[in-house]
Amino acid sequence: MSETTVRRAGNRVFVAAVVLACVWVLVPIYLLLVNALSAPAEVTGFPKRFWPSFDLASIRFFLGFRGVTSALWNSVQVAVLTMVMAIAAGAPAGYALARFDFPGKQLFRFMVVMTRAFPLPLLALPLAVLFIRVGLDDTVLGLAFVHTTLALPFAVLITYSLFSGIPYELEEAALTLGCNRVQAFLKVVLPLAAPGIAASAVFAFVISWNEVFASAVLTIEHRTLTAFLLQSLDVSPLPLKFAGGAALVLPALGFIFAVRKYLFAMWGIANR
Amino acid sequence: MPRMLPYLLLFPATAFLILFFLYPFTLVAIDSLRHDGVWSLENFDRMAGHWKFGITFRNTILLAAVVVPLQLTLALMMASMVTRLVRARGAVLYIFAIPLGISDLAAGLVWLAIFEQSGFLNSALTGLGITERPQLFLGYQSKGVIFAAIVLTELWRATAIMMVILVAGMGLIPKEYGEAAEVFGASRWQRFRRVTLPLLKPSLQTALILRVIMAFEVFAVVLALGGTNLPVLMSETYHWQFTMQERGVAAAYAMVILGISVGFTVLILRLLHVPKEARP
Repeated sequence: MSETTVRRAGNRVFVAAVVLACVWVLVPIYLLLVNALSAPAEVTGFPKRFWPSFDLASIRFFLGFRGVTSALWNSVQVAVLTMVMAIAAGAPAGYALARFDFPGKQLFRFMVVMTRAFPLPLLALPLAVLFIRVGLDDTVLGLAFVHTTLALPFAVLITYSLFSGIPYELEEAALTLGCNRVQAFLKVVLPLAAPGIAASAVFAFVISWNEVFASAVLTIEHRTLTAFLLQSLDVSPLPLKFAGGAALVLPALGFIFAVRKYLFAMWGIANR
Repeated sequence: MPRMLPYLLLFPATAFLILFFLYPFTLVAIDSLRHDGVWSLENFDRMAGHWKFGITFRNTILLAAVVVPLQLTLALMMASMVTRLVRARGAVLYIFAIPLGISDLAAGLVWLAIFEQSGFLNSALTGLGITERPQLFLGYQSKGVIFAAIVLTELWRATAIMMVILVAGMGLIPKEYGEAAEVFGASRWQRFRRVTLPLLKPSLQTALILRVIMAFEVFAVVLALGGTNLPVLMSETYHWQFTMQERGVAAAYAMVILGISVGFTVLILRLLHVPKEARP
């Protein structure tokens, strides 16, 4: 065999491996969607077809089920609050880390990085009691506080890497041209950083949307979608489970698409 | 620069982390050591004395021990693919990263659609004539199958996070090192083993720490696929807190999860230590 045929065969194996890996990721999602888009009788029936009948009865059953619409609405509320709080607290911190050297910087970074070594959902246990005392129990805001704790370290580290990538000289130029500090930030830095900040906001939303343990511990009447699905796991019929699963998965496809350029800013700087 | 500005900017995040991270973790530690208003190890005794504790602990560790090495291999393979790709790199990376946005509960439900009795695996097996009638894969008598299903789901769900970290790490390694090795006749495998892998240590460290802690937190996947048939530490914590209303014992469980998480973090940091001068 000549070298080119070896190389060509190698390339073919490589392409096949890439395709196989894509199939491994995509097929399970496809199968869930087949279930969600089939009638309940087909979902519980056997054997199953591998393509959907596009019958929306399962979806209607899911949306009409007691508690589902309010759970969906609660999930959205908690996630939006989380997003706003994580960015409002995280972005200034990221900016400070990127721009200034000051005593205590290392300590703050250590605290942020340390959150990674802790199983954060466990925070919900003591907070469940604390929230009763201050009247935050079973509220959307209380849960959003816990979810913000999960999302905040990411918001800090992502915005830190974003602001580090914007040369300080640009700000200095704006300052010499007569801007004050706030104007320089709003007119020069913010437009450059906006897409990245939006991506980290989306990521905060995803963290909250997907969180199960703390949601299930902290909400009773105002359950989020994940808490609702988890607590009805052993009683709910299959079509409800799969339609609920699809409701959780579908936004995820959009979220990851929206933040795909910033995946490395989120995770790549992890080791610095 | 006004001297107070950085502190002003850090204040909201710091206040938040103290109030909702440091303070609650102190509380949970105190809760685990208080019983009926006095300091004691009663909660830990009751936890360890319960017949389920041993099984729960073993299941959690066993799952992590099986999943993490497999996952690391898979993530390295997928990261190498992305790094080598030229065409369609963005699309492949997006597809590989999709599970990053999928919650553990949703992932459990995805694989439930495959493994349940009227599910797609049974449909495929009977359709191909391998079995005559649908099998009960996830029953309480087949804990091995439940375990395997959970392993598959965890591999499917959480490889993405390691993959992204490793792709970023591979991007930091200067191309010249690999090219130099190639000039000296190193094969693709040798280059991976001797050049890429050692230089990837910092990323491996981060990926492993994140993943191992996630493995100890495994919860919704297990409940979705196995119900109560395969209890893990997190599901028992939930059970004691919610069903039994015994917060002290739940706090003791939390301390166990916290303990092994911190222990393994330190272990990984030690094992994969990279001196500062040697970082790429």
